Amino acid sequence: MQPTLNRYQRTRLRVREKRSQWKESLYKAGDLTAFMLRFFREVVKPPYEWREIFYQCYLVGYRSTFLIGLTAFIMGAVLTIQSRPSMASFGAISLIPGMVSVAVIREIGPVITAIICAGKIGSRMGAELGSMRVTEQIDAMEVSAINPFHYLVVTRTLATTLMIPLLTIISDAVAFVGAYLAMNIHDSMTVRHFFQSAMEHLGFVDIVPAIIKTFFFGYVVGIIGCYKGFRARRGTESVGIAANSAVVAASLAVFIIDMLAAQITDLL
Amino acid sequence: MSEKEENIETAEAEVAIAPPPEPTSDTKVQPKEPEPTAKEEPVIVIRGLCKSFNDHEVLRGVDLHVNKGENVVVLGKSGTGKSVLIKCLVGLEWPDSGTIEIFGQDISKLSYGDMNALRVRTGFLFQNAALYDSMTVRENLAFPLRQHKKNMTSERKEALIKEMLENVGLEDSIDQMPSRLSGGQSKRIGLARTLILRPEIMLYDEPTTGLDTGTSHEISELICRTKKKYNISSITITHDMPCAKMTADRIIMMKDGIVYAEGSYQDLERSTDEWVRSFFY
Repeated sequence: MQPTLNRYQRTRLRVREKRSQWKESLYKAGDLTAFMLRFFREVVKPPYEWREIFYQCYLVGYRSTFLIGLTAFIMGAVLTIQSRPSMASFGAISLIPGMVSVAVIREIGPVITAIICAGKIGSRMGAELGSMRVTEQIDAMEVSAINPFHYLVVTRTLATTLMIPLLTIISDAVAFVGAYLAMNIHDSMTVRHFFQSAMEHLGFVDIVPAIIKTFFFGYVVGIIGCYKGFRARRGTESVGIAANSAVVAASLAVFIIDMLAAQITDLL
Repeated sequence: MSEKEENIETAEAEVAIAPPPEPTSDTKVQPKEPEPTAKEEPVIVIRGLCKSFNDHEVLRGVDLHVNKGENVVVLGKSGTGKSVLIKCLVGLEWPDSGTIEIFGQDISKLSYGDMNALRVRTGFLFQNAALYDSMTVRENLAFPLRQHKKNMTSERKEALIKEMLENVGLEDSIDQMPSRLSGGQSKRIGLARTLILRPEIMLYDEPTTGLDTGTSHEISELICRTKKKYNISSITITHDMPCAKMTADRIIMMKDGIVYAEGSYQDLERSTDEWVRSFFY
C-alpha cells in the first residue's frame, strides 16, 4: 500500500519533478546548440558529398516550387483584394502595388515560404532520419566508418540553407503576379505601371535584409528537422513525434529569427 | 555445499561455469579469466566490462577473448546484455568501466579517425539488417565502397558487388529496393554489404531471429562459409540453438550481465547445471 504523503512531502516531490524537468530542458537546449554548432565544423570537412547535396537541393527546391508558387500567388492576390476597400476609402488605390510589394518582400514572402518549408521539408527530414535511427540505419553508417552527421545532416541543412532563399525569390515574384491579376479585377493597370509603382516603394533595406534572413530560416528548418530525427528514440512512435516536433520547433525558430531580423533592420 | 555448487563441481572439465551471481550487488561474481595460449592469437580481448543504463546494470564485469579465425557464440536470455556487449565493441555504446582491445588497440584510447579505421576492419550485421531503404541493393553495396575505396575503378566496384551478391546467392536482386526483399534476403544483403569491405572481424547480432527454420539454416551455413572463405573471426549473438550448434567454435553463456559458462557446444550440452541445460531442451 502506498503511504499517504503530507502537504510538505507532496510539495517536495513536485519541486523535485519540476527541477528534473528544468534540468532536462536545459540539457536538450545544450544538446541542440552543440548539434547546430557541429554543422559549421563538419561543413568545411572533406569529403564533400556533392551528389547527395544536389539530390537534397532537388528535393527541397524543385519539388517544393509548385506548392510555394501556388501559395504565393494566392497570398499576393488575397492581400490586394483585402486591402483594396480600405485603400479606396482613402483614395489611395494607386498605392496598393507599393504596399503589397513592401509587405511581400519584407515579411510575407520570406516568412510564409519558411513556414511552408518547415511543414513540408522539416517534417520530412524529421521523419526520414527518425525512421533511419529506429531501423538502425544511422548505426549501420556509424559502424561502417561513415560519418552519419556529415552524410545526412550537413547535406540536408546545406540544401535548405541554399534553397529557401531561392524559393523566397520565386515566391515574391509569383506573389507580384497574383497581386497584379487581382488588381485588374476591379481596376485597370498595365504591367509596367504596376511594377514601376511597386519598385518605387522598395529600397535596399527592404530587399537585402529580407534575403539575408531567409538563409537563417533555411538553416534552422534544416538543422532542427535533422536534429529531431537524429535524436529520435527507439520505437515507431518516436518517428511521428520527431516529425511533429520538427515542424513546431522550426516554425517557432523562424518567428524568433524574424523578430530579431525586424529589430536589426529597424536600426538600419 | 549447495546443490548448485555441487552441480558445477560435477560438470565436465572443459566447461567453465562461473559461480552464479549473488542477489546482492556488493558481491561481484568473477567469471573465468581469459587465458590465451601462445598458439592462439587473440583479436578481441575484453576485460571487466561494465555498462549500466540509469540504475540498471546490464554488464557486470564481462571477460572474453576471441582468437583469430574463431567464431564465439554468445548465448543468453533476453536482457542479459548480449547486444550491448557487441555494440560496445564498435563504439555504438561506451562502457562505464573495463577495457576492450581489438587487434591489440585499446578502443577507449583511439581518436575518432583511428576508431573509424578499426571499424572498417570490423563488420556488423544488425538484427534487422539495417539496409538503407532509400537505396537499391546495388547502391547499398556500393555505398561503403564509395566512402572507403575512392581509388577503386567503377568496373572493379561493380565486379566486387556482383561477387558479394553471388556469395550470398542473390545476384538477381541487384536492382531491387530493400522493401521488396524478404527477411532472409535482407539479412543476406546486409551480410554482403558488410563483407564488401573485407572485414577481419564479424559481429552478428541475432542473425537468425524472425526467420523460418529453413532460412535460419541457410543463414547459419552462410556464416560458416564466410568464416571459412575469408578466415574471419566473429562473435555471434543468438538464441537459436541450431545456429549456435552449426557456427560455434566456442560458446559463452551470459546470465545477469556476467559470463556464466563457457565451452564447446557438446561440452555445454553435457553440463549438469540446470540453467545451462535449459538452453538445450
